[in-house]
Amino acid sequence: MTGSNRIAGYGEVSRSKPVTFTFDGKTYQGFEGDTLASALLANGVHLVGRSFKYHRPRGFLSAGPEEPNALVGISRDKTRSQPNVRATIQELYDGLIAESQNRWPSLTFDVGAVNDRFSRLFPAGFYYKTFMWPRSAWDKLYEPFIRRAAGLGHSPTEADPDRYSNRYAHCDLLIVGGGLSGLTAASEAAKSGKSVILCDENPVLGTGLRSDLRTKFSGKSARVHLNKLIETVRSAENIQVLTRTTAFSYLAQNMVALAERVTEHQASPESDAPRERLWQVRAQKVILATGAIERHMVFDGNDKPGVMLANAAQTFLARYGVAVGAKVGVYTATDTAYAAAIALHQAGIQVPVIVDARSGTLSAIGEEARLLGIKVVNNAFIKRVNGRLRVQSMVVEHQGTRETFDVDAIITSAGWTPSLHLFSQSRGKVAWDQETRRFLPGDYAQECQSIGACNGTDTIAELISEAVSAARWGIGSRARAKPKIPEIEDEVPASGGMIGADKGAGPDNPVKAFVDFQNDVTAKDIRLAVKEGFHSIEHVKRYTTTGMATDQGKTSNLHGLAIAAEALGKDIPEVGLTTFRAPYTPVSFGTFVNHNKGELFDPTRKTSIHDWAVEQGAAFEPVSLWQRAWYFPQDGEDMHAAVARECKTTRKIAGIFDASTLGKIEVVGPDAAEFMNRLYTNSWTKLGVGRLKYGIMCREDGFIYDDGVVGRLGENRFHVTTTTGGAPRVLNHMEDYLQTEFPDLKVWLTSTSEQWAVIAVNGPKAREIIAPLVEDIDFSPDALPHMSVREGKICGVPTRLFRMSFTGEMGFEINVPSNYGRAVWDAIWDRGAPIGMVPYGTETMHVLRAEKGYIIVGQDTDGTVTPHDAGLSWAIAKSKPDFVGKRGLERPDLKADGRPQLVGLKSLDGKTVLEEGAQITNRMNPSGPVDIQGFVTSSYWSETLQSPVAMALVNGGRSKMGETLFVPMVNETHKVEVCDTVFLDKEGGRVHG
Amino acid sequence: MRKFSALSLAREALRSHKGWDRQWSSPELKKSYDVIIVGAGGHGLATAYYLAKEHGITNVAVLEKGWLGGGNTGRNTTIIRSNYLYPESAGLYNHAVKLWEGLSQELNYNVMFSQRGVMMLAHSVHDVQVAKRHIHANRLSGVDNEWLTPEEAKAYCPPLSISKSARYPVMGAALQRRGGVARHDAVAWGYARAASDLGVDIIQKCEVTGIVRDASGAISGVETSRGPISAKKVGVVAAGHTSVLMAMAGLQMPLESYPLQALVSEPVKPIFPCVVMSNAVHAYISQSDKGELVIGAGTDSYLSYSQTGSLHILTHTLDAICELYPMFSRMKMLRTWGGIVDVTPDRSPIIAKTPVDGLYVNCGWGTGGFKATPGSGHVFAHTIAQDRPHAINTGFHLDRFRNGRLIDEAAAAAVAH
Amino acid sequence: MLLIRCPYCEQDLPELEFANAGEAHVVRSSDMVGLSDEEFETFFFIRENPKGISFERWRHVHGCGRFFNAARDTVSDTFLLTYKAGEPKPSLDDLEGQKK
Repeated sequence: MTGSNRIAGYGEVSRSKPVTFTFDGKTYQGFEGDTLASALLANGVHLVGRSFKYHRPRGFLSAGPEEPNALVGISRDKTRSQPNVRATIQELYDGLIAESQNRWPSLTFDVGAVNDRFSRLFPAGFYYKTFMWPRSAWDKLYEPFIRRAAGLGHSPTEADPDRYSNRYAHCDLLIVGGGLSGLTAASEAAKSGKSVILCDENPVLGTGLRSDLRTKFSGKSARVHLNKLIETVRSAENIQVLTRTTAFSYLAQNMVALAERVTEHQASPESDAPRERLWQVRAQKVILATGAIERHMVFDGNDKPGVMLANAAQTFLARYGVAVGAKVGVYTATDTAYAAAIALHQAGIQVPVIVDARSGTLSAIGEEARLLGIKVVNNAFIKRVNGRLRVQSMVVEHQGTRETFDVDAIITSAGWTPSLHLFSQSRGKVAWDQETRRFLPGDYAQECQSIGACNGTDTIAELISEAVSAARWGIGSRARAKPKIPEIEDEVPASGGMIGADKGAGPDNPVKAFVDFQNDVTAKDIRLAVKEGFHSIEHVKRYTTTGMATDQGKTSNLHGLAIAAEALGKDIPEVGLTTFRAPYTPVSFGTFVNHNKGELFDPTRKTSIHDWAVEQGAAFEPVSLWQRAWYFPQDGEDMHAAVARECKTTRKIAGIFDASTLGKIEVVGPDAAEFMNRLYTNSWTKLGVGRLKYGIMCREDGFIYDDGVVGRLGENRFHVTTTTGGAPRVLNHMEDYLQTEFPDLKVWLTSTSEQWAVIAVNGPKAREIIAPLVEDIDFSPDALPHMSVREGKICGVPTRLFRMSFTGEMGFEINVPSNYGRAVWDAIWDRGAPIGMVPYGTETMHVLRAEKGYIIVGQDTDGTVTPHDAGLSWAIAKSKPDFVGKRGLERPDLKADGRPQLVGLKSLDGKTVLEEGAQITNRMNPSGPVDIQGFVTSSYWSETLQSPVAMALVNGGRSKMGETLFVPMVNETHKVEVCDTVFLDKEGGRVHG
Repeated sequence: MRKFSALSLAREALRSHKGWDRQWSSPELKKSYDVIIVGAGGHGLATAYYLAKEHGITNVAVLEKGWLGGGNTGRNTTIIRSNYLYPESAGLYNHAVKLWEGLSQELNYNVMFSQRGVMMLAHSVHDVQVAKRHIHANRLSGVDNEWLTPEEAKAYCPPLSISKSARYPVMGAALQRRGGVARHDAVAWGYARAASDLGVDIIQKCEVTGIVRDASGAISGVETSRGPISAKKVGVVAAGHTSVLMAMAGLQMPLESYPLQALVSEPVKPIFPCVVMSNAVHAYISQSDKGELVIGAGTDSYLSYSQTGSLHILTHTLDAICELYPMFSRMKMLRTWGGIVDVTPDRSPIIAKTPVDGLYVNCGWGTGGFKATPGSGHVFAHTIAQDRPHAINTGFHLDRFRNGRLIDEAAAAAVAH
Repeated sequence: MLLIRCPYCEQDLPELEFANAGEAHVVRSSDMVGLSDEEFETFFFIRENPKGISFERWRHVHGCGRFFNAARDTVSDTFLLTYKAGEPKPSLDDLEGQKK
C-alpha cells in the first residue's frame, strides 16, 4: 500500500523517496521524512496497540514524544530489537520492522480484551483487595497470571551488539528546545563569541511552528521565518546544534544530561557510529524553551482509535501531508483546536462539527470557522463514541438534546500544559497561575530561565521579546535595543482550556473516560481513590497508577490532579503536583553505559610479570582490580594437584612468586619514625636501618585495618608494604592523619606500588639461586639475616632486596623497578628452573603461610578483629603514649572475655579439609537454637604435613587449646581439635636456611 | 473495617464501587495521646498497628509531615531477605520474614509478598568465602540460604551472564528461596488501614517541630505545625530525618543521611524471575509485577537531604546491570528517584530506648529497611509498650557505640585481601 | 555530579576528582588515652548530620591530594565555601546569609 490518505501539496516528506516498511508482518510504503506514525496513518492504519490493563484497542493520541498509546516493538535483526518505541517519534527508514504489543493472538483479536468486559471488577487498586486466599496461591497462581498479563513489549533476549558513546561538554549557554523560542534566543546569541549549545529532540528544528500553516510573519509563512532563524543559527560558529537530542535530566550545578539518537533513523547505520550518545553538559547558563503539551478532553470513549489531539492532526497534515480521517469531529475547550479544524477543512477534509465545552460568545476564530461552514456547538460535550477498532460516530449532547455525527476521527484539545519537567528537576519551584489555571515556573534554584510556551508566554510577539532578553542574559550581553518583531497576522494563541473531566464524564457518570491512556486510568478510578481516602496527589497517583506509564503522564497529570481536587472539594494548588522525575523521556541503558562494558567496565591491573604467567598457562583470580596468578597447572593437573606440587617443591627446593601487587608506600622525612609510631601499633623508633618489621595498622576503633612488612632504609626513610587490596585506602588513611591531625610532622608519603615489581623467591635453595645475580650486597647469612633489607643491584638493575618470608622458608623479596621486573624474573627463572624451582600462585602462597599461622587481613580478620583477637598482642607497643587505635582498644567490649580469638584447628579424622566459612559449635548434635562458637577462616590440605590445616576465629579460643569442637555440615559433623596456629616448624628454624 | 475479598469486590462491581469506605480515617488531632509515633512510613505505621493489636495501646497518634508512606517506604526497591550473618541480624530479619509470610491475611490487604528468591552473586574467591560463611551460619540458625554454582545460578535466573571472560565473572551465588519482594505502597496503606481500624489516629501534613521534656527531663509531648500535643511516650521513626528530630530532644545520633537512588525501566513481559544482588559491582535488580525492571543504585558519598543524587552513581549501576545482563542494554530507563537513608557506623539499625525517659528511636536502617518493616514495627511496639526491648532487638541498642559491641555486617563482609 | 572548588588548586572541578571524607572540625584529642568511653563515642561515632549547612571534609584525591573543608547546604546541595584544612571554622550566621 502506498498511502491513500496523503493530501497533495501538504507536508515536508520527500515524495520522490518512497520507503518500505512492515507493521505486524504487512508491508506498507511511506516516504523519507515520515515518522512510523505518519506513514501508518497515511495508509489508514489507526489501530496500533493495546492498553496495559484492559487491552483496549488504541491508536495515535499525539504526533510527538508525549505519546501514551502508539507503542510498538522495532527490530533490525535478532540482536537489535527494542520494545515500547513511540511510533510518533520513530523516523521511518527503509526496511523498518514494527510489531504491535500486548496482544494475543493478534492486534484485532486480542484475548486479553476480556479484561475490558469485566473491567468493573478491576477498578483502581483492585489487586490490594483480593488474591489473598488461599495464602499459597499468590506465588503460584495469581502473581504469575498478573505478571503475564502485565508488561507491554518484550525485552531483547540477546546481548546488544551496538556501541554507544559519551561526551562531556562545557558551554556558556545551553538552550533546550529548538522551537521558535529557542531558535530566536540562539539567533540572538549567534556571533556573540560565547559558546552555545542548542538541542532539540526532533530531527528538524522549529517543529511546533512548522505545523502552523496559518500565522503570517510580516506577510510570509511561519516556515520562511523559521528557515531564516535556522540559517542564522546553523551558520554561527559559536553555536553547536544537536538535533534528535533530548535533554532528559537537569542536575545539580547546571549540569544537563542529553541523549542524542545517532543512528536510530538510518536504514543502514554507519558501522562506526554509536547508536546513541550521552552528553553531560555543564552550562554557565541554561535557557529552557521546552514548549507546552496539548491535553486531551476527558470523555467516554476518548481512547478509541481515531481520537487524537487537535495539534497532532494538524501536524500530520502540515508536516507529513496526511489526513487523519475523511470526516473529523472536533471536541475542544480552547481556540487552537479551531485553527486545526480550519486547517483540516482547508485541506479538503470534512469537519462536520466543532463541539466546544465552553459557553458564551464565540471567539474570532469560532466565527471564522462558522463562516467557513463548519457547524459549531457551544456549551456541549461528547456523550459517547461509537466504533470499536476505529471511531465510527460520536454522540453530542447540547442542552439536553443529542445528535449523532458520523466521523472516522475526532480531534480534541483541552488546552496546553507548559512543560515544566526540566525546570522542576532543576529544583525550581512551580507556581500556580490562577488566572490561566496552569502551573508555571516560580522560583528558580539555578542559573536558568524559561521562555516561550513553557513559561506561559502565549503570543508570538511576547515570546520573541522574551527569547531575546533571555539570550542577552545568557551571553552576558548588555544590548538594550528593542528586539525586531515581525508583524504577526492571523495568530491563534493558546488560551482557555479546561482541566479535568467534562460534563459527560462527571462524578455521576460512571463511564470510561480516560485520564491516563496507557495505564487505563479513568476519571472514576481517580474519584474512587479519593473516596477511599487517598487524598495526597502522590497517593492518588500510586493507587491508580495515573501518570506512571511510559509517557509519565505528560498529557494526563493535570487532568488527574483536577479530578482529584474536585472530588476533594479543594483548589488545585492545595492538592499539589507530583514530582517531575527524570528522565524526561525514556533513555536506553546502553546510552549510560556507553564504553564502560566488558574489559572497560573496570580497569584491570596487571603486573610486569603477568604475561609470563599467561605464557605458562596459569589460572588467574581477581583480587581487587588486579588479576593475580592463582596456580600453574601442568599436564592437565587440577587445582588441588598443582597446588600440592607447588607447595611441596617450594619447601623442598624453591618457588618463585610474583608479589608485585603488594601495596608500597614510601614514608620519608625527619619525622618518619614518629609518624610510623602514631599510625602503626608497633614501635619504630628502635628499628635499625636495614632491618624489617611486621607492622599492624588499626583504625581509631582498634580493629585491624591493614598489615605488612616495613623496612627501614635510612633514619628518615621507610619502605612500607600493604595488602594488595588495601594500598589506596592505607595511603588515604595516612595522608588524612598527616595532613589534618599531625600537620606538624615533617613527613612525605609517596605511593610506589606501581614503581616496584616484587619477585619472591622462597625455599632452601633460594639463596643459591639468586646470589650470583646480586651485586653490591653482602649476601652471607650473617650480613643479611632474616628480616633485613639492603639496597644494591641485581642483574645490573637497582634493587631493594628484602630478606623475609611469608612461607616459613628462607625467603627473599626482590624489589626492582617495574620496567625490569620481567627481565629479572626471567634471569632468576633461568637459574632456578634447572634445579627444580617452580612458579607458584596465590593459592600456594595461602597454603604455605597458613601452615605457618601467618594471617591474611580480610580473610582471617574481618574488620571486627583486634590485634589481640588475632594473637598479635606482641605487635602492640606498650610504652607508646598514643597510636591510632590505642584508645579504641580500651573500650569495654574489646577487652571482654570470650571474644573470638584466632586459633588453629586439626581435623580429628586427619583428612577432612574443612570448608572456609563453616561454623563451629560446642556440641556434636546441637538441637534447638545453635550456639555458634566461631567459624573457619582459612583451611587447606597441607601436602607437606599430609594433613589438613585450618585457622578459625573461636570465642575464647586460646583458652580452649586441646578441646574438641564440632563443625556441622549438611550431611555430617566434623570433629576438630583446637590447636596453635603454627602447624609447621614451630621453632622457626627453616627461615634461616 | 469492611473486609476486602473477591466477594466484596464483586458486590461493589455491581453498584459501581459506591460502597467503599475510606481505608483510613482522617481524625481530628487530639490534645493528648498515650504514645506518639513520629513518622508514618512503613515502620512507624507497623509500630502503631502492633501497639494497638498486641499491647492494647490504641490511644496512639502517628504524625507525618508529608503523606503516609511517602519516604523511603515508597522509594525503595522492595527486596526482602533475612540471610544476614550475625545472630542478632538474622533473628531480626527472619522475624520479619515470618510476619511477611502472613501479612496480607493479617492486614486483609494484599501486600503482594512474592517469595521468588533472592540471589546474591559472588565474583571473587573472597566473595565465595564470605557467602559460604553466611550460608553455614544461616543454616544453623534456621534461615534458608544455599550455595549455587554459576550454572545453577544461571538456571535460576536465565538473563544472568556467567561468561568466564567477564570482568567480574560469576563464581557462584547464595540463594535465599524465601526471600523476594513486596508491593511497597501496599505495606504502608495496609498497616495504615489496619491501625486506623484499631483506633490509631494517623495525622498527615503535621510536622513535628519540637520535642518537649518536663522538669525531670522526661518526655512530655511534642510541638507540631498544628500545635502542641502531650504524650508520655514518643517513638521517632523518621529514617533520614532522625538526626534532626533527635536533636530537638537534645540528643546527637551516630547517624549520617545519604542520597540513595533507584530507577525502573519501561515495563516488559516477564523476563526476570527472581531478585539478584551483587554487592561487588553494586547492582540490585528484580522485575515488578507491572513488568518494570526495578534497579537499585548505590549511595552518593556526601550527606544530603535533597532526595536527589548524581548521574554518575546511576550510570555506574547501569554499567553493572548491563555487564551482568547484556540483553538489557536496549531497555530504557523510565523513571529515577532518590531517598534519604540514615546510616549507622556499623550499618545495623537502632531500635531502642534512649537516655531520655519516654523517648524511643527506630532508625539507622540504611539502604535495607523495607525488608524489616513488620519485624521492626513489632519489636519497636514491644519496646515502647514495655519500656524494655524485645529479645529480638536487645542487641540493637545505642550503648553499642559506647562499649564497642557493634553488629557490623558490613565489616564482616570485609574487603578483599 | 557536584562541582567542587579545590581551595589549593583554585579551580572548580567535577566531583569525580574528589572523595568525601566526612564531618569536618572533629578534633582528635591530644590526650586520646584520657578520653572516657562517652567522649570516645562522641569523637568517633556521633555526627551532626545537619539538615542545612554541613561542614565537611573533601579530599582532592585525583588531583593535588589535599584534604580541605567545605560548607555545603545539605538541602540544596550547593557549596557555600571551601577552605583549606587548618583554617578556622566559618561562622554559621555568615553562611546562612549566603544560602539560596
